[in-house]
Formats: sequence, C-alpha cells, structure tokens
Amino acid sequence: MRALQIDRKVAKFAAARIASMINPGAGGKHGPLELITADAPALPADGWVRLRPRLAGICGSDLATIDGVASRYFEPIVSFPFVPGHEVVADTVDGRRVVVVPVLTCETRGIAPACTQCAGGRINLCERIAFGHLTPGLQTGFCTDTGGGWSTDMVAHSSQLVDVPDAMTDEQAVLVEPAACAVHAASFYRNEPTAIIGAGTLGLLTLAALGPHRTSDTPVVVTARYPHQRAYAKAFGADHLCESAELPRLVRSLSASMAVGDQLTGGFPLVIDCVGSTDTIAQALQVCAPGGRILLVGMPSTVKLDLTGLWHREVAIQGCYAYQRSDFDTAIELVQRFDLGRLVSQTYPLADYADAINHAANAGRRGAVKIAFDLRNEKK
Amino acid sequence: MPRPGFVLDVDRSTPPTLFWRGENFSLEKLPPDRSRIIYPPEPLKPLDNVDGAIRNALLNPIDSDPLPALLFAGMKLTICFDDASLPMPKMRRPDNRQRVIEAVLDLAAEAGVDDVHLIAALGLHRRMHEYELRHALGDRIFDAFYPRGQLYQHDAEDPEMQALIGETPNGEIVEINKRAAESDLIVYVNINSVSMDGGWKSTLTGLATYRSLSHHHNAHTLQNTRSYMDQHKSELHKSVWRMGKVMRDNGPRIFQIETTLNTDTFPKPFDFLAKREWEWSAKDRATYLATTKSLERLPRRAARKIFHGIESPHRMTSVQAGDVESVHKITVDNVFKQQLVEVEGQTDILTLGIPYVCPYNPESIMNPILVMCMGLGYLFNMYRGMPLVREGGVVIMTHPTYPDFHPVHHPSYIDFYEQVLPETNDPVEMKRFEKRFAEDEWYRHLYRTGYAYHGVHPFYAWYWGAHGLQHAGKVIIVGGDVKAVRRLGFVPASSMNDAFEMASDVVGRAPTITHLHVPAILVADVK
Repeated sequence: MRALQIDRKVAKFAAARIASMINPGAGGKHGPLELITADAPALPADGWVRLRPRLAGICGSDLATIDGVASRYFEPIVSFPFVPGHEVVADTVDGRRVVVVPVLTCETRGIAPACTQCAGGRINLCERIAFGHLTPGLQTGFCTDTGGGWSTDMVAHSSQLVDVPDAMTDEQAVLVEPAACAVHAASFYRNEPTAIIGAGTLGLLTLAALGPHRTSDTPVVVTARYPHQRAYAKAFGADHLCESAELPRLVRSLSASMAVGDQLTGGFPLVIDCVGSTDTIAQALQVCAPGGRILLVGMPSTVKLDLTGLWHREVAIQGCYAYQRSDFDTAIELVQRFDLGRLVSQTYPLADYADAINHAANAGRRGAVKIAFDLRNEKK
Repeated sequence: MPRPGFVLDVDRSTPPTLFWRGENFSLEKLPPDRSRIIYPPEPLKPLDNVDGAIRNALLNPIDSDPLPALLFAGMKLTICFDDASLPMPKMRRPDNRQRVIEAVLDLAAEAGVDDVHLIAALGLHRRMHEYELRHALGDRIFDAFYPRGQLYQHDAEDPEMQALIGETPNGEIVEINKRAAESDLIVYVNINSVSMDGGWKSTLTGLATYRSLSHHHNAHTLQNTRSYMDQHKSELHKSVWRMGKVMRDNGPRIFQIETTLNTDTFPKPFDFLAKREWEWSAKDRATYLATTKSLERLPRRAARKIFHGIESPHRMTSVQAGDVESVHKITVDNVFKQQLVEVEGQTDILTLGIPYVCPYNPESIMNPILVMCMGLGYLFNMYRGMPLVREGGVVIMTHPTYPDFHPVHHPSYIDFYEQVLPETNDPVEMKRFEKRFAEDEWYRHLYRTGYAYHGVHPFYAWYWGAHGLQHAGKVIIVGGDVKAVRRLGFVPASSMNDAFEMASDVVGRAPTITHLHVPAILVADVK
C-alpha cells in the first residue's frame, strides 16, 4: 500500500516545530510525515475489516502533530509509527461505502466487559484507551495497528463503520466525522446567547449543528476573519459576525453588559471555542457571563491563562472531545441538510502531501475550509 | 477692506490648490478649463469694542425687554451656553461665551439675583473637560460657580432632570433640562459659527433628551434638509421651529444672545492655509513644504496634539440679543455677510479636503464615521439654493480615514463601525440598530460619568450625511485606509487622478469639477 506515515523522529518534530513558527504547515515539508510503500496493516482480530479509503480529511489535530506543536499529553496514547487520517470515507471489500467512527473503544480493543463509559455509550470517554489487543491510540489515525485514512489501505472494526447513503457524495461523506464532533458540541447548547470563536471547519460545523436546537431568537455570534468564512457562517445561521478583536465589544453590546477594564461584567452564558489557543480561551473568559460555560471544541495545547476571572465569576471550562456513535446519524442528516460537501475546498493526491498540509494549515487566508486527500485514483 | 469670496476658473496657469488631508495637506492640480475653485471671503473686520457691543445688545435687545428688566431678586436664572463643539478650532481666550456671560452676570448681580446656574448645553455630545469649561468661560466664572455646583453640564440621561414642555401638532415631544424649564429666565449664549447654529436649535438640541431629539435627528428629516445652512429648506429647522412654538407657548422665557465670528481661523505658522495659492510668498511655500514633510514624519498622535492645540485668532463680528427668532434672523444675515459666495450652477464632481476636526471631535480623533459626517454632512451642505454637485454626481474627499477611534470619547462609534456598517450604510435601514445603541446602559454610563458621546450619536453623525449620501452617485476617498473606506461604503483611490478615473464611469471623461476651498468656512449661494 501507499501511505503517509509519521514516525517518532525527534529531529523531524523539532524541525517541524521551528519551521511552522514561521510558516504554519511547514511541518508537511520539513517534519515527520513521509510517503511510504509498505504492507497493508494486518487485521488485529475477528470483527475487523479492510477498507480502501476514498477521501480522507486533514484535521487541526493532524496539523498540530505534523507541525510538532501537539501536546505531549498524547504521547502515551498514540503508537508510532502511525498513518494519520481519521476523517475517512472508504469502501469495504464487500462493496459498502462507509465513514469511519475513528474512536477506538473497548469493543474495538477486545476488552470485555467494557469500561463504564463505553458501556454507557460514551465511547469518546473510553477508560481503556491504551489497553487491549491494539497498540495505544485514542483514534484510528493515531494507532499503529489500524492504519489511517491517508493511505490506500487501512483496517477498522465493524463497530466503527457507518454506511453512507447512496445520495451522499464522497465530499459530503468526508465531512461526517467532523460534523459528528459538532453535533456532540451542540448537545451542550441550551438555546442561549452563544459566541462561537473561530469559523474554520469546526466552528462552521458547530454553528450548523446548533440549528435544530435553536427555538428562539437568542443570538449566536461567530468570529470570522475571512470573507468566505463570513459567507458560510451567515448561510449556516449566524446572527452576528465579527472579527476576533471585535468580539468583546459585540458581546457587551448584545448582552447589555457593562465593562470593567477589558472584562465584561456580563456576557454570554455559553462560549464555544473552536480554536483552543491561549488567546481564544482568554477571550472566551473575557466574554463569558458569570456562571457561564466555555466549551472547548477546538483541540487546545499548553496554554497560559489568568484564571482569576474564572474563579471570581464561577465560569466553567468544559472539554468537548469527539462524539458518541449516535452523533453520526445526526451528522449525516446535518451534512445533507446544509450540503456541507461544499466545504471541501480542494483535494490532493498523497504525493502532494507537503502542498496539502500547507494548504490546510493556511486554509482561511487562502479562501479554503477543508482540505482532503483523494485516494480514489491512488495506486496501491 | 476684506475681499469677498469668489469663484476661480482653473486654467493652465492656476497653481495646485490646497486640500486638507486630516492632520496634513496636499496640493492638487485640477483639470484646466473645466474646474473651478470656490474661495471664501477674507475675514471681516471684528468689533472694535466687544464688551461695549455686548452691553449694548443686552440693554437694547431685539423684540424683548432689556435684560435688566427681566432680572429680579429671588428669581431663578439659568445661563446656558454652547459646548466644546464650537467654535472650530477653539478660539483664543477670552472666548465669546466668557465675555457675554460675564456681562450677563454683572447685570444679574446688580439686580440682586443669587440663584444662578450655568449649564453647558451639550445635548448628546460628550461632557466638557474642566479645562474646556475654564477655556470657554474664563477662570473667574469657573472658580465662582463650578466648586459650588452651580456650573454643570446638561445630562440628557438623568430621568429626574428632564421636564416635559409639551408636544407639537406633529407629535414632536418637547422635553428639556428641568432646571432650565423651571427657571424664570433662560439666557442662552451662542457662538454661531454657521447659519445652522442658534435660534430654537440652541435650547431644543442643547438641553434636550434623546426622546425629543429623535423627532428631527433621523434619516428621513435629514435627507430632506436641503441644506442645514438654509433654514427655509431645512426639515430639521422646520421641526425645531415647530417645537420652538411649543417652548414659546408653554416653556420658560428665553433671552437669546447670539454672536458671530470672522473667519480668521489659523494662526502662524498655519496662516498660509487661508491664502489663495497664487498669492503664496516664497516663505509660504517653504512653510507649506516644511509643515507637510514634518507632519508626514510625526506619529498621528503627535500631529493631532499639534492641531488640537491650535487656538484660533477668529474674533467677534456681531452680537445680538433678545427674542429667539428675531435675534436669529439678524445673526443669519451677519453669518452670511462673512461666508456667502455666489456660485453659478452645479458641476459633475465636488472635491472636498477633509480636515482633522469636525464639531464632534474636539481634542479627539477624526474617526471614519466623522470623516463621512464632515464630508457629506457639513461640507456637502455648505450651500444655499442647490448642491454644488449635480444629483448623481461624484463627491471626492481627501482624508487618510484611518480606522482610529478615541476610546473615551467615541465608544459607541467603535461598535457602530464594527456592528452596523458591515450590515448597512443606508441611514434609513440602520434605524433598526438605533434603539439598542440609544438605550445601552454602558454607553449611558460613559456619557453620564465619563466623556463619551451618547450611544446614539454615531447614528446622528451618519444621518447628518444622509442628504449627501442620497444625492451623490459615487463617493471616493483619496488616500484613505482601503478597508475603512470600503467599510463606509465608499471607493478608495490612491491619488486625485485615480479618483477622477474612477469617477468617469459615472460622470464621463471630461466632467466639470468644483473644489470647495477650506479653510475658511464658506457657504455657496448656488443659483
């Protein structure tokens, strides 16, 4: 098979980290990612099937890894070398077209009885994430044994497969996994004034996913830097759009808040951070109402924050990772309703991975949203 | 004998003409044989004996008893005066307000009046800083009244401090400052920089509330105000005069004092600004070059400080007192004596150099909304009869239009720029945002306790240009920040020639052009 693989090469990660400080996405050229030809991964156990990926998206967490800026938190829960790619639409050998639920659960690891979380359906919170008959890996695409979507061959447990409706295009299908993340995020929404920070893929999808939960005219504000992001956000139901620096003033105005220094005295009860940087979390704290919640949908890393306001205003920060199985059904509906396939701005063959990574890392400023690898014409 | 204003037809020998560009200037060559420049009249001779003229006006008022006859012991006397928006630039001390109010206070003291309050009639403008009050009123008045709480500023958002006077047949509510309303006599002291100022507009904007002002400060009224300088064609003035009738019938007695200034606007080294370019001496040209080059190198903040520090040498040319309407008619005549220039017909293009200041940014920043307000509001409306540019023609302004805002003075302007202008620049359509801004508790707090313009004020600034916006087919800003200019809904151009090129799709390739030469202030009487 042909695949893009990441190995544990410290020098490569260091080079990627330095290069990406100047040019985000430079890790694709200078970092640990390489195009290889190798044997397809073996089936780990009964219940596993082979897949031939058709499209595989490039996610923010992939970019953080390739640019060498991902948190070291992940080290014990990934296994090297691994083939990235967890936003996958693929064919099975028996002719089904499926999207993959990449979260690796107790069931996929052959662990019985399942942990409390998996048993309760909360597969994203699996407590046996580095155990069982698989090498460690929080998801397909970060695990040596499973392979990933950035390849011509991978394996998946049958419980990870979700059939793609015939009417759905591959471009739509490849958005189902990130849309499922958004559906999960939207489950925390209580029809309340909300700010969404970031209008990349996650921000836009989360905005779209709030739609069915909105029954009144409570405002949803989205920070969007680029014109195409603003256009999509408007189309997906944003009531107000602003640039990042404008958010505190807009929230103050809409929430009839006062201000003390840079801190609003009021704010919005829910802030959804779809970026996860120090700056965005700090801004979330600035605009979140007393007693409000900040939902971290974008993957954060090491951040430096003044939490005095969080303490004083009893603000809660809540993580929001992945999804549950049922979220995929809702995500398929969501993708079809909003025709989210249009967010796939460009696809690349595996050989052009450096360009693809660079494009994905600079998607906003280059007028793009989602970049994906196209494996449909890739030779094995 | 000062020379009158005139219209210069540009030919090949005409030197480049001066344009303001915010805190700087440029010289622009206008196309010969189809351009004209309107120059203001030279400054009129000021009054020889200002204090004598003031005393004479108070003792021999127009259609009113002399002021001493209106003053008596035990009465409530309220003296109201124009705020820091006038004049531009601030005048050298002593300010007209100081000289007039000192004379009024002398008469009040002679009559044994001891319940005297002085109120800065700022309407929805920002409060005056203490040093501005001192500058306008002088140390003697400030030190006598301010510490005792008898010199203060109108607060349009204090619900306890307003009084309802009545309502016009058109449903316009007349509501003014309670102390003024309950006084036995209001003495209102004006500086009438332009013909728009004064009359009933003094009390009915300076002492009014948002509820009352919104009857005439709205897109519909201001689109149909043609122009601000022509009371008889101004829907704004018609509304205010209707409200004035309610004041006359139901409100307190008003003794109106109006003063006019000559147009001796800039002291050295900026006095070359008022000269006609072909009369510039070698020293003037050298000063121009040195000034513009120096200003280019200065940080904007420093350049602003220099300009806002200018104290103008303009001096009083007339003072009249008495009945509001009778006084105002004479004031308008006196203003026009200084400012009116006869102009024949309209042109395809009007060019305007936008300066660093307008009535809404004394000691502050000329933000993009104020650039629009100054260009399409004030300067466009410097006409009587008909606009200098034909309907559907092009207005070209020069200003850097940097997206800078004074965070203390203009907080709601920032939000207006960020939240309203991206949605619409249509004065009618933006009405849907107005209430939220007008009733915002934060803006209210900053207006009442800080030095912020009222929350609704950026809407008023934008509405101020509503007629110009509706009249012009295209608005181009030369040298402006591209993003900011587009946010305003206008077209950015890098040079005057580019602007003419961009205008050609509207007015063709050989348009006629009028340039309004400021300083000083002039009103074109367009026949």
